[in-house]
Amino acid sequence: MDNLIWLILAMGAVTYVPRMLPFVLFEKWSLPPFLQGVLKNVPYAMLGALIVPGIFLVQDDPLFGVIGFVVAFLVAFLGANVTIVVLVTIIVLAGYTAW
Amino acid sequence: MEIAYAQKKRSPFRQGMQASISIVLGYMPIALTFGLLAKTTGLTLVETVLMSAIVYAGASQYICLNLLALGTGMFEIVLTTFIVNIRHFLLSASLNERMEKDKIWKKIMYAFGITDETFSVAATKEGTVSTSYLLGIIIPAYGSWVIHSALGYVLGASLPQNLQESMSIALYAMFIGLLVPALKVNKKAIWLAVFAALFHSLFALVFKFSTGWAIVSATLLSAFMVEWMMKGERTDG
Repeated sequence: MDNLIWLILAMGAVTYVPRMLPFVLFEKWSLPPFLQGVLKNVPYAMLGALIVPGIFLVQDDPLFGVIGFVVAFLVAFLGANVTIVVLVTIIVLAGYTAW
Repeated sequence: MEIAYAQKKRSPFRQGMQASISIVLGYMPIALTFGLLAKTTGLTLVETVLMSAIVYAGASQYICLNLLALGTGMFEIVLTTFIVNIRHFLLSASLNERMEKDKIWKKIMYAFGITDETFSVAATKEGTVSTSYLLGIIIPAYGSWVIHSALGYVLGASLPQNLQESMSIALYAMFIGLLVPALKVNKKAIWLAVFAALFHSLFALVFKFSTGWAIVSATLLSAFMVEWMMKGERTDG
């Protein structure tokens, strides 16, 4: 389907422009300090928003997400690196779904 | 001591690749499922791989399949894609504050690899983020997304259901793994994450905002509010 290739290219363009624009725009002008502070806050706010409520909706069984949340949080709190956190959580949930 | 020394000596690119492992893992089930759904929607293998390689944005690719199946027009699909993905503007603007100075063409290139996940890993690193470190994160993540989309298409439904199900938690576990170390040392990060989580739940579940807008407005509102409340406290260690 020729049409679909054009659709993919157009989707790619409207996705790429917002990704690229800030690197070009803020190369020339710098933002006021308050806005710079806001942008530095974004990663932690974003992580909060990415985790909740999505994690509790990932499977129909809400307990799946609750267990995943608690296990990942505990393992991370004990100081494990991110890869270990991910692996342990997957293993525990594989056990949970099998059981 | 020797191990610590060896880790210090490792190149930024290699460090980035190591930090990327959880993204590679986390993209696996999502991309496999995307490939499978693309096949059932009627895309060819080439179209499926091209979409993952050119658009490279999970949520909008899923939505696109949905809309195609419903017979939605091209313009609406492109517009929806734009709305869902406009949040990348915020991610790039935020990351730009933390990146090392580099030539503009390099920034224009690596901008393509900014996703929720690569951004989260890069932006939670302490101090300035180097171009090579970011590339180390971006390249394996991109590879995982494209290759697993193709694999999902080819392998189809023959993947064990149990494995796919339990792996759906991977990216969430990664986000928690990135967030928690910051929460332990940084009170501001706690407020940022908690407020954004509450706002996002409210916007997505109660007010029924669309995917892209709910997350952008929750993130921005929280980032503004906490900045206003705790002006001057550092978030970046």
